[in-house]
Amino acid sequence: MSEVAFLLNGTPVRVTGHPPTRTLLDWLREARGLTGTKEGCNEGDCGACTVMVTDAEGTARALNACILFLPQIAGQAVRTVEGLANPDGTLHPVQTAMIDHHGAQCGFCTPGFVMSMACAHANGRTDHDDQLAGNLCRCTGYAPIIRAAEAAEGTPRPAWLATDRDFIFAQVSSGGSGGRQPPGDAFTPTTTDDLATWYAANPDATLIAGATDVGLWVTKQLRDLAPVAFLNGIADLARIEPHGDTIRIGAGVTLSALWEAMKAPHPSFAELIRRYSSVQVRNAATIGGNIANGSPIGDGPPALIAMAATLHLRHGDTRRDLALEDFFLAYRKQDRNPGEFVEAVTIPATAPALRCYKISKRFDQDISAVCGCFNVTVTNGTVTQARIAFGGMAGTPKRASHVEAALLGQPWTMATITAALPAFAQDYAPMSDMRASAAYRLTTAQNLLTRYFHDLAGAPVSVLEVTP
Amino acid sequence: MTMGKPLPHDSGPLHVSGQARYVDDIPLPGNALHLAFGLSTCAHGDIAGTDLSAARAAPGVVMVLSAADFTDMPDCSPSAHDEPLLATGRVHHVGQAVFLVVADSHLAARRAARLGKIDYTPLPALLTVDDALAANSRFESGPVIWQRGDASAAIAAAPQTIEGSFEVGGQEHFYLEGQVAAAIPGEGGDMLVHSSTQHPTEIQHKVAHALHLPMSQVRVETRRMGGGFGGKESQGNALAIACAVVAARTGRPARMRYDRDDDMVITGKRHDLRIRYRAGIDAQGRILGLEFTHLFRCGWSLDLSLPVADRAMLHADNCYWLPAIRIESHRLKTNTQSATAYRGFGGPQGMVGIERVIDHAAHATGRDPLDVRRINFYRAESPKGAGTGKRFGGQYSPKPEEIGPQTTPYHMPVEDFIAHELVAELERTSDYQARKAAIAAWNAKNPILKKGIALTPVKFGISFTLTMYNQAGALVHVYQDGSVILNHGGTEMGQGLFQKVAQVTAGVFGIDASAVKITATDTAKVPNTSATAASSGADLNGMAAQVAATTLRDRIAAHLAAKHQADPSEVTFAGGRVTVKGTDLSFAEAAQSAYQARVPLFATGFYATPKIVWDRIKGTGRPFYYFAYGAAVTEVVIDTLTGENRILRTDILHDTGTSLNPAIDVGQIEGAYVQGAGWLTTEELVWDDKGNLKTHAPSTYKIPACSDRPRIFNVALWGRPNPEDTVGKSKAVGEPPFMLGISALYALSDAIAACGDGTRYPALDAPATAERVLAAVERMRDV
Repeated sequence: MSEVAFLLNGTPVRVTGHPPTRTLLDWLREARGLTGTKEGCNEGDCGACTVMVTDAEGTARALNACILFLPQIAGQAVRTVEGLANPDGTLHPVQTAMIDHHGAQCGFCTPGFVMSMACAHANGRTDHDDQLAGNLCRCTGYAPIIRAAEAAEGTPRPAWLATDRDFIFAQVSSGGSGGRQPPGDAFTPTTTDDLATWYAANPDATLIAGATDVGLWVTKQLRDLAPVAFLNGIADLARIEPHGDTIRIGAGVTLSALWEAMKAPHPSFAELIRRYSSVQVRNAATIGGNIANGSPIGDGPPALIAMAATLHLRHGDTRRDLALEDFFLAYRKQDRNPGEFVEAVTIPATAPALRCYKISKRFDQDISAVCGCFNVTVTNGTVTQARIAFGGMAGTPKRASHVEAALLGQPWTMATITAALPAFAQDYAPMSDMRASAAYRLTTAQNLLTRYFHDLAGAPVSVLEVTP
Repeated sequence: MTMGKPLPHDSGPLHVSGQARYVDDIPLPGNALHLAFGLSTCAHGDIAGTDLSAARAAPGVVMVLSAADFTDMPDCSPSAHDEPLLATGRVHHVGQAVFLVVADSHLAARRAARLGKIDYTPLPALLTVDDALAANSRFESGPVIWQRGDASAAIAAAPQTIEGSFEVGGQEHFYLEGQVAAAIPGEGGDMLVHSSTQHPTEIQHKVAHALHLPMSQVRVETRRMGGGFGGKESQGNALAIACAVVAARTGRPARMRYDRDDDMVITGKRHDLRIRYRAGIDAQGRILGLEFTHLFRCGWSLDLSLPVADRAMLHADNCYWLPAIRIESHRLKTNTQSATAYRGFGGPQGMVGIERVIDHAAHATGRDPLDVRRINFYRAESPKGAGTGKRFGGQYSPKPEEIGPQTTPYHMPVEDFIAHELVAELERTSDYQARKAAIAAWNAKNPILKKGIALTPVKFGISFTLTMYNQAGALVHVYQDGSVILNHGGTEMGQGLFQKVAQVTAGVFGIDASAVKITATDTAKVPNTSATAASSGADLNGMAAQVAATTLRDRIAAHLAAKHQADPSEVTFAGGRVTVKGTDLSFAEAAQSAYQARVPLFATGFYATPKIVWDRIKGTGRPFYYFAYGAAVTEVVIDTLTGENRILRTDILHDTGTSLNPAIDVGQIEGAYVQGAGWLTTEELVWDDKGNLKTHAPSTYKIPACSDRPRIFNVALWGRPNPEDTVGKSKAVGEPPFMLGISALYALSDAIAACGDGTRYPALDAPATAERVLAAVERMRDV
């Protein structure tokens, strides 16, 4: 790895001599002796390694350091728990509140919690359950942590936030554009065009956007990924652009950015994204990665397919479009040529009948057992269009074409729903695994159609909306 | 008085600033070695071939050890000599350590650990309760059976019989800090071990045994753990031994920590089990006769399974008088991780069984489960005076056998039973009856979503059933500047033990708790410590520290009394001041004065729990000094289309006696409840048919997250003093509130019952995942 420069707890550092897949967590703990940031799971699921990363736009983001590679933070400002207090030793308000409200017991998860809380505090967020969904605590039962987060609401922000925001390393490191790195090193393009050129010439490379899955290839599978390209510096890949009655979403758009952008046009999709993992993961993960990864249990594709999304692929200067459902050919096999990458996806600007249902063992930060997305148009009481797609029901995200056919042209009634249910077995033969049995998946998929019917009729169908 | 104050955890400022040091944070010299185990991929088999050449050739590898490198394989078991550090010839579960990689970095060791090539000749693997029963694979020669009365006859004579069988899942501890140890070799073969352990003396003992050293040459230090929950009572042995063996062989420091996935694959978890029951009841749901069969899946080695299964039997009564009871307990040996201690230590498994019987009895009789619970409660207190059993003048004259406390199935009188009052108080404060009615009305209006509510009580026995463990020592120093150092045999795993004991100690001296310096547990300071387990930490170590501090205070008082021609009783210690006959000294001045007068300012304290006697073979005696009580009301909502479910509100009233620190106690209760509810809802361990644990990371094993805590979460302390003479009249708090989580399971059962016409009992297994809830709902509707 050539040099990576960033700001660490207010001090500029330049790091060399590490492989490009060296994680920030390992570097902090082993090279830097900053042991406040903890390793709890080494896969981005527990949040004990949470750090604050402030980018050029000045947004303070919580990220999991265990699956964050050093080149991903080039040019940005990193705060660890050791850098949270003021230089004079005055604790950050969230730190004080955590002490006062008994928010720490064993204390091992605490640095991660206070970093997530400090990010939420910096961003003025008070949806604490969501802000802390990516931090696991086994001791407290969370109640005192929430009390602490509430107590810290609205307290003054530390002065260093502003200086971290002002920080931009003049020369972003790791080579910039143009593929000047030595073989096997990391490529960090800043434009999509550069990426397209380089990837066409290096089709065996691993593209790393958020590293929320690729990170585990390194930390759990212990794979060598070289050559690699880091995409998080490509600004023009991370745009969300309205085009008439469609919205074009760049592949590099993070799930966090997408959540915000979808709240108004597609509230049910936005709610699905809220439950897509955690703040830390959403801050890193991209919609392009979610699609290109090809996982049968990714939550983005079923929703996008239900919206009739168009996928934009690019190879060098050659672009092609296809319906998203046609991209997924078989388990972990996509219609993507060597050197070709996902550039964007286009969705309709509105889809009022879209409903997205995620079924998992735990509500937050869990992978779906079944993710069902429904988009049925009813005109004068008759089904005139139906797009239904599921994750977790097949080797790919997949449309329920038989179910759709059973609905089309029929009156939108419970009788039609009931008559359509057997078609699920024609569309899907799900598997049993540690998340759910095949029988549960199939039954639940059918029941979600029933839920959809009641949901559109305005009946309460979600336990998440019930109050005591 | 500092005792009883809701002071923050002593390490709070260190926790929030990242300065609190855990074992992996301790800087080691640059030549330190890092270790990783190569693991068995076979559930049961003979090792036919071992090729470690690729592992040895891997970058950064210093050495790779396997059974061939030991003439005398170290043992890691806390109970029997059945856990070789590395497999010797045969493997007994997927995840057993087969070889040990020693490398110059953690990552290098992990990489090389994947490169060993082990060939196995597979043997039949016993993975399930049914497999083990069929093969009669068990620890001990047969089931342990305790009985009182003639349960079979009582059931036969009862107006109604209920019976069932249900599965109760295990539980991964998921301490946030994984298992970790480090060993630093000293001169002359001495070994210093840093271990994340609840049981430093056990580590010391096992390391000394492995190195053929006297215990005096091995020193174990534990400042804190990042969570334990029972998972660090015995499961840290292997890492500490491996580090010590490598440090002894190489003369270099060695550290080992398990990656999370390895941790979950290697280490033991809470025992899962199947519970069969058959009960004879009357029309009110009163249990007249009861038979339980516990089928524990213990895993491949003995570990702590016998006392765990014993404690399940000891809690098969919970709060209920069982006149005729038979409990049969099978401890089955399977080719899976060796199940181990986990908060409650079998108690939760025993208690969830009797609560199932009560829930079933309520359904069978059509009565509110709370009424059925109450009618089965132990007698509250003995009426005055024996009589004839007849009514006269509006008074009932109790028969002689109705006098005095009723006894548990193991013949221990229940003398301190407070569940009647405690439950009545919780019923009132939680508004149980009105909410019960409101839920019925809500359910009538909602076809898809259904609510449920349950109130369950807890009575948990306090003391180690291994009587020997009910002892503790403490060491207190007062320096000539008045500063105080405290050391004792308990370990800190987040439960606030150090803070509580410091408050006890400070209370004796009349100084601020912050003036007492808390130090790491250290086997060279206080020897022969017991595991910090069985909720006993504050009871035992608090009392020992109080004894030590009192010895010192009495010495200082005697000195000052002599100096000022006063009686020692006239010397007072309060507010950081020491006064005698109008002389007012700071505590530092008093200490200085005593030092100059050549008064020894260090003392030990020792405590052994009184009153306890226990014969585990017969199942009789008084295994517990006292009982801790509590009760919880949980309200849930379920989705009858998907089985998704949610805890909406929880109200808890819990008995910690006169609390040593109410903030810490409330924290323990809140955390224990959520952990207990997690055990019975989302936390599902899944093995495949080859014995591979499929849920070995937080991506697949789901402990409660932030939003899973109850929206409304009211926790109150009962607050009345422990009738027994415990430290500050407090009660133990670590484990008992875990079982408050059982209310969540039976609230779900209540919600599921609302889907049926009353003819079928929900018969819900645990954990009640969405899938199990949906299956139960479908059973209710498939009438």
